[in-house]
Amino acid sequence: MTEPTLSDLAQSEARLRKFRMLKDRLFGLVMGVGGVAVIGAILAIFVYLLAVVIPLFRSAEVTYTAALRFEQASPTTRLSLNEYADIAFALGADGSYAFHGLEDGRVLIRGSLLPPGRQLQAANDSTRSARTLALALDDGTAVIARPTYVETFEDQRRVSSPSLAWPLGEVPVAVVPEGRRVTHIAAEAGDDGATIAALAEDGTLYLTSYTRAVSLLQLDGALESTQVEVGRLPVTVAYLAIDSDQQELYAVSRTGQMHFFDIRDKTAPRLLQELQVLQPGEEVTAVEFLAGGVSLLIGDSSGQVSQWFPVRDEENNYRMTRIRRFEGLAAPVALIIPEHFRKGFLAVDTQGGLGVFHATAERTLLLEEGLLAHQPLVGAIAPHADSLILMGADGEVETFEVYNKHPEVSLKSLWGKVWYEGRAGPEYIWQSSSASSDFEPKFSLTPLTFGTLKAAVYAMLFAIPVAIFGAVYTAYFMQPRLRVLVKPSIEIMAALPTVILGFLAGLWLAPLIESHLIGVLLATALMPLAILLAAYVWSHLPETTRHRVPDGWEAMIIVPVVCLVLWATMGLSQPAEQLFFGGNLPRWLAQEWGITYDQRNSLVVGIAMGFAVIPNIFSISEDAVFGVPRQLTTGSLALGATPWQTVTRVVLLTASPGIFSAIMIGLGRAVGETMIVLMSTGNTPIMDLNIFQGFRALSANIAVEMPESEVNSSHYRILFLAALVLFGVTFLFNTIAEIVRSRLRAKYGNL
Amino acid sequence: MKQNLQQWVASGNPWIWLTAGAVSLSLVMVFGLLVLIAANGLEHFWPKQVAALTVQAGEAEPEILLGEIVDEETVSATRVREAGGTVPEGMVVVRRVLVKVGNRDIGGTDFRWIPETEIRNIDYPSGVLVAERTEWGNFYGYLVAVREGEDILQATDPWQEIPPRLARVEDMRGELRKLERVEMGQINAGLEDLRLRERSLRAQGDEAGARALLPQREALDARFKALSARIAELHASFDRDSLLLRTSTGEERVVPFGKVVRIFQPNNMHWGEKAWHYLMKVGEFVGDEPREANTEGGVFPAIFGTVLMVMVMSLIATPFGVVAAIYLREYAKPGPVTSAIRIAVNNLAGVPSIVYGVFGFGFFVYFLGGNIDRLFFAEKLPAPTFGTPGLLWSALTLALLTVPVVIVATEEGLTRIPRAIREGSLALGATKAETLWRTVLPMATPAMMTGLILAVARAAGEVAPLMMVGVVKLAPTLPLDGEFPFLHLDRKFMHLGFHIYDVGFQSPNVEAARPLVFATALLLVLIIVSLNLAAIQIRNRLREKYHAADN
Repeated sequence: MTEPTLSDLAQSEARLRKFRMLKDRLFGLVMGVGGVAVIGAILAIFVYLLAVVIPLFRSAEVTYTAALRFEQASPTTRLSLNEYADIAFALGADGSYAFHGLEDGRVLIRGSLLPPGRQLQAANDSTRSARTLALALDDGTAVIARPTYVETFEDQRRVSSPSLAWPLGEVPVAVVPEGRRVTHIAAEAGDDGATIAALAEDGTLYLTSYTRAVSLLQLDGALESTQVEVGRLPVTVAYLAIDSDQQELYAVSRTGQMHFFDIRDKTAPRLLQELQVLQPGEEVTAVEFLAGGVSLLIGDSSGQVSQWFPVRDEENNYRMTRIRRFEGLAAPVALIIPEHFRKGFLAVDTQGGLGVFHATAERTLLLEEGLLAHQPLVGAIAPHADSLILMGADGEVETFEVYNKHPEVSLKSLWGKVWYEGRAGPEYIWQSSSASSDFEPKFSLTPLTFGTLKAAVYAMLFAIPVAIFGAVYTAYFMQPRLRVLVKPSIEIMAALPTVILGFLAGLWLAPLIESHLIGVLLATALMPLAILLAAYVWSHLPETTRHRVPDGWEAMIIVPVVCLVLWATMGLSQPAEQLFFGGNLPRWLAQEWGITYDQRNSLVVGIAMGFAVIPNIFSISEDAVFGVPRQLTTGSLALGATPWQTVTRVVLLTASPGIFSAIMIGLGRAVGETMIVLMSTGNTPIMDLNIFQGFRALSANIAVEMPESEVNSSHYRILFLAALVLFGVTFLFNTIAEIVRSRLRAKYGNL
Repeated sequence: MKQNLQQWVASGNPWIWLTAGAVSLSLVMVFGLLVLIAANGLEHFWPKQVAALTVQAGEAEPEILLGEIVDEETVSATRVREAGGTVPEGMVVVRRVLVKVGNRDIGGTDFRWIPETEIRNIDYPSGVLVAERTEWGNFYGYLVAVREGEDILQATDPWQEIPPRLARVEDMRGELRKLERVEMGQINAGLEDLRLRERSLRAQGDEAGARALLPQREALDARFKALSARIAELHASFDRDSLLLRTSTGEERVVPFGKVVRIFQPNNMHWGEKAWHYLMKVGEFVGDEPREANTEGGVFPAIFGTVLMVMVMSLIATPFGVVAAIYLREYAKPGPVTSAIRIAVNNLAGVPSIVYGVFGFGFFVYFLGGNIDRLFFAEKLPAPTFGTPGLLWSALTLALLTVPVVIVATEEGLTRIPRAIREGSLALGATKAETLWRTVLPMATPAMMTGLILAVARAAGEVAPLMMVGVVKLAPTLPLDGEFPFLHLDRKFMHLGFHIYDVGFQSPNVEAARPLVFATALLLVLIIVSLNLAAIQIRNRLREKYHAADN
């Protein structure tokens, strides 16, 4: 064992130092990473929210995938696709049909829809994409058919077996009286029957209805039919259309003359309206229903597509009304292909231009001129709207992949007034889901934003005066010994969970206010007066009494006054209500002034949320007032200003940036607060300034709907957008507040 | 010096009084709120006298109502008439009482408002019993007899028969729970584990390996059968004894002991017994599981869930917050990065909690959780493991939410440590890291504690984000139990704040649940206020300690 030499020691010392330096550097690095990670966190939130939201505003994309050839005996007049877009159905002009595999275009099944020996006279020429096919034969009868696909799984592989369904059976049914020939036919079939409209060659329109008498014992009951003559139409009808609920019938001529019939009563169809749907000089080139069968899309020779639906007027009559127009196609509209489940559609013009549109959002998602090599005659879109096929005259088929995930969202549909189907006019509506699949989602964020602002405004109306007055008094007038007790007491309010405030507001305060509304209103009015009265009386008390309470204790003298006012007004409330308002003020308000009263209303929210933001505003503005340098106030007082003059002219002015930032932070909190608005309003998304009505706020809406929304659906992304809006607004408020506050800090550093 | 009104107004004093009034109003609201919660929350457990009210509506036959008078108020005569009460002409306001009549299985409602004008008589009969049941709420009535099977026991005092039988049922309930929860749970977990192993073996094409698991499965199945038989047997003898009870209207009801939680005669209890009863009820509330769609019983799983979530959250938030605070205070030089960090901290504190919920739901649950599932739990798919809201994601989300609290508090603590201490350490040759680690940070621990406590208080009260990332109204199992890996970060949990929201707003019988919600609210307020007061105390002590050193 040798003694360590001096150089050994020096070496180990150097190693140690190196190690220590390394440790030092590492430590600094870790801390740096930790610090920057905070920015990372806030950025991550922002970026992630944005990443979820951005796809909402992406345009549609239609990408060419393949060219095929369908073997056809006669020109194809109708195409449709199955759910997985791997099988296409094609109907020929002679009544033959074929199912084609879309990988190579080969025929899977081929046949004819017509009974042997019969000729095809007309096929339903409107609603080409409709799942129901109606084929009129040369003897005044018709068959109704529908391509169907059964999906089975064998060895974990999906197998589609296409077949035809016959809602009325394979035997042709009569659609016009014997001996007449059909030129146009339209039909819709449901589970319990079908409605068929047929136009005879002399222009007479017939309506035939078949109902299946379904009983529990007999599932395939006999068909019962009624046939009525609707009448002779004075124009040459080019398009006939029946809506999917079999309640309305439309006949449109090439020149734009539309006849609109009510066929709810199949034995007595009623002409509701006759109108012109076009500008002079234009021609109707396509008529289709939008998914759901309420809106009619009319394409014309100028390349425009207009959306029409019946609107109820004041006399309760339905009138076809043009809702909106889609422009952009350069040539006459050749084809309109509506989506199956959404209110979107594609339009193709005669020069091969393609447009992708969405009706509700009034959005043009894609416009491409000359995308198609040749003029397509028929086309179809897959039920999931992700695949499109178009077919030309010689059987050449082009397939396309469609990216169009969120067509229903546009700036207008989110923030503007939108005329929804079945409504009397454009409105702001939030209604994100419903039981029916034909439902038109209504994604207006305006009523929700309005609700958020309404809550914030009422809360601030209550909170700002109380918090700032309180802050001024506590910082400037209150005795220091009292101040150290009072300030934390009020600040503790900020720590109270908002779920408790919301619970109290919803279950205790709301019923209390409903039964003691007069008391609450009286208390609001009388409170300042009573305080002033008490103060005036106090100033007239003998000095010996007054001097017993030291300066800066005024707040404690007022406490009993506040309690007394609350007690008295609440006690007076019920007798006053009985004597002056018929015993029930909310009902009286509704009857006399037409003001509706919800139990959980904005007044309740205002008080509860005001309560929640008071401590925030109080605490920061108190700090700001307290931080006003002493020499300023003493200087002012020395120059003869009264204490109140000093407050208004010196203290408030100097502290105003701090107070401003306090208000900003309070506003940020009020805007984002969730539990209080969730629990103390009725959460109905209405837009009304009435203080006695509820609302639905952005934050509450997210809390209610987020767990139920389907991941990555438009609804989901819109909720993320709502969160992003909240994030943005509060970010703005907080950043302004922080900047103002740091300026203030710098300023006082100099004083 | 006396002033006239004009002078008084001109002096500006009225304004000063108004500002004082604002402070008074705030104080009245704060303390009023606390008193309101405390009074309602504490009152719930005290056994109230059961009143027998003779009620006569108009000319109808008088009826006798048994129940607890829980509330009273004065309302306008019209409102009473609208509610179907009879009020003589000329009366302006009427007092009315809210009676908890119970017997929901007979009368349909738990509560009835009775105007005083209809009450002919109130007395407190001594024989009245209250039976707390596991379903249909309380029963108010009289004891007729105790039955064993179909036989009525011919005891001189049927009351003496009750405690041993109640105890028997209580024991069996405990055993049943043990069998059903623990043993059955183990068997089920074993079966599920086997199924997954089999599936992943099959997926790898190892058919023989999968078949080799068969004996294990059969052994478990046998155990399962034996256990089911034992449980069925217990269930059968569970309902052996029953009570024959009579309502105030003379209707008789058979209530099995198995459905009774507690039975007592409040009108015969002296205050000592009542106090004991009170303590028992408080104990049940804190330590037991909820019953009847959370409207009765205890909140133990919610307390447990809250505490566990907050602990996991602290493990994440504290290091992150402390490191960021040290960086800001000790390392950062003034510049755009530092001010960006400050803005970020302020915004993290100010961004609405619901936004964190949305972020957690999308990013943690679906993005992170979904990917974790695909990588590590592929055999369980499509049933999600981490790709669904759970404890871990809640803790992470709330950690993000509470980090700024830790940062601000720690930074304040660091600011208060005098320069002299740092300079002394550096002068003695310590590196910056050593100075921080050995001198500054130990001194700042109370500040970190303050931050941690405030963060915990904030997290314990936050509900909105949790609704999306892991809280449920009723969790079948606690996230911590005897099964490997003991702490189940993927499980959903219950939370006190959410419990308040759920019971108060989602339950079918809000009126009956209200006292329990108040009690839960009181518990939460107590936790949060005491945490905050502790934090304030620590902070003040810290301030004083270094105040002297600074000068």
